Amino acid sequence: MSATSGTVGDAGGWLSRAAEALSPRRIWREMRRSNPVGYLFVLPYVLFFAVFIAYPFGFAFYLTVHNWNIVRPEKPFVGARNFEILFQDPLFWKALGNTAIFLAVHIPLQIAVALLLAVVLNQPLRARGLFRTAYFLPYVTSGAIVSLVWLRLYADDGLLNQALEAMGLGPVGWLSDPRVAMPSIAVMATWKNVGYYLMIFLASLQAIPNQLYEEAYLNGANAWQRFRYITFPLLNPAFILVVVLSTIGGFSLFVEPFVMTGGGPLDSTLSLVLYLYQQAFQFLRMGYAATIGVVLALLIFIVTLIQRRFLEREVGY
Amino acid sequence: MTGIVGTRVEGLSGFARRALFYLLLTLGALAFLLPFLYMLSTAFKGPRELYDLNLVPREPTLEHFRAVFTQIPIGRALFNSALVYLLQTASVLVFSSIVGYALSRLRFFGREFVFNVILLTMMIPGQLLLIPLYVLIVRLGWTDSYQGLIVPGMISAFGIFMFRQNFKTIPQELIDAARVDGASELTILFRIIWPLSAPVLITVGIFTFMGGWNDFLWPSLVNRDIQYQTLTQMVTLYGIGGQAGGQVGAVMASSLIAVLPMIVVYLLFQRYYLQGIAGTGVKG
Repeated sequence: MSATSGTVGDAGGWLSRAAEALSPRRIWREMRRSNPVGYLFVLPYVLFFAVFIAYPFGFAFYLTVHNWNIVRPEKPFVGARNFEILFQDPLFWKALGNTAIFLAVHIPLQIAVALLLAVVLNQPLRARGLFRTAYFLPYVTSGAIVSLVWLRLYADDGLLNQALEAMGLGPVGWLSDPRVAMPSIAVMATWKNVGYYLMIFLASLQAIPNQLYEEAYLNGANAWQRFRYITFPLLNPAFILVVVLSTIGGFSLFVEPFVMTGGGPLDSTLSLVLYLYQQAFQFLRMGYAATIGVVLALLIFIVTLIQRRFLEREVGY
Repeated sequence: MTGIVGTRVEGLSGFARRALFYLLLTLGALAFLLPFLYMLSTAFKGPRELYDLNLVPREPTLEHFRAVFTQIPIGRALFNSALVYLLQTASVLVFSSIVGYALSRLRFFGREFVFNVILLTMMIPGQLLLIPLYVLIVRLGWTDSYQGLIVPGMISAFGIFMFRQNFKTIPQELIDAARVDGASELTILFRIIWPLSAPVLITVGIFTFMGGWNDFLWPSLVNRDIQYQTLTQMVTLYGIGGQAGGQVGAVMASSLIAVLPMIVVYLLFQRYYLQGIAGTGVKG
């Protein structure tokens, strides 16, 4: 991990050390000194890992270079053809754009609501537990089922539009207007998950020593300054965690559009995973679907790496 | 409880500040609970008030529940979900704690390597494995079966991680004393470590059970046969398919049946949920 070990002159030494560490003689010597029960105890995991993680992982990449239809016996090797098709597939780009819209609404909203509620819940108030229970409730219930409920709330003649009408405001096509549908889903997803992120912020807030605030207070820092220079920097790890986890959640969006819109109207809520699902289970194109999965995993990896790089701040007090 | 709170709103008297906070919290709580209240009231509403805004049914009825039970085998689905996810949870607790014990309390060459591999697997997005795992299940002949639901989740990296961290904190003298008495490592794990680790066992158990119970995607791939459908799967398909035929009351009644067990579990074990979240990364 240290940056200095990467010099050219050291490379030989590093290699020979690695060779020495991996020499069969040394491994054998170390293993004989080991507790054999240890190997026995990790064996179930090793078997599970081989069959249900390593094999599917390798097979995913195998599928991407084959025209693999589950009902057709011949499954020819096609090289990079699946990737070429994918990058020219307008629906793939549409789904990617939809994901961007989702994230653009979801992440700021999620952070704002979670942080606000966490700060309020961190105050010495009565019945905090009761409120926490309410905020966390959506998180413990099934996304598929609550989507059935929101489908009714968002319907053109649903509860939300009835409430708007009662206030003399025009109906909104929450799920029927292509410009509004994806933001509507992002709002619903925020409702669903914000309890979880709120807990992450709350745990971090509670870990900040009170002494810091007391000293700042005595030195004349006002509330905003205390938030800006103490709370906010010390929340950085939690902040990154929330951004990264909501991004992963956004790329994984499936059940909400599956239940509420089926990807419509006009493909405006087609998510990457929904597209993967359609390719695999409506058109049985497993090779192509696996290609979407691999590209999706790479996207998640790259985007979250960039986020970490740009958001990480050194804090020391 | 705390002294000078970090984000105190100044310039307001204590009473006004408090009132503002309670107003905020109450409005928030209402927004969070409203969809559930809507589901609850619609499930019991009479036919003439189904689309009205009232939250308390004026003509309460059990008709929607009757409709659900005659239209879909929801009892069977409830049984399937309970069976499948209880077995899966039991398996995760046993096997993940065995691995977690080895990784925290037994010395063997390659231990750190195994642990790092497990941490790496936690970073693989599920969508990458979805298709190949489905093909594997088809080849094993496990579609329309219980094992197709249970086996791919029999051990969890999350469980191993949580157990390893917690087992590390148990005093070595307890383990040494048991070894002197001739106890086997399995005896030590299940007779000494487990009784001392109730909180983490409950936490991992709840998260595993909840993850399974609430899942729609995996069951819908593996099981098409109505005999093996889980509760979440069956209710979701009932709600979006033609079967419910736009009967809002019946859809909400079946939804209520599907979410109620999770809500009850949550209300009973609330504090363990918080530990699960705190344990997964915040303080890491």
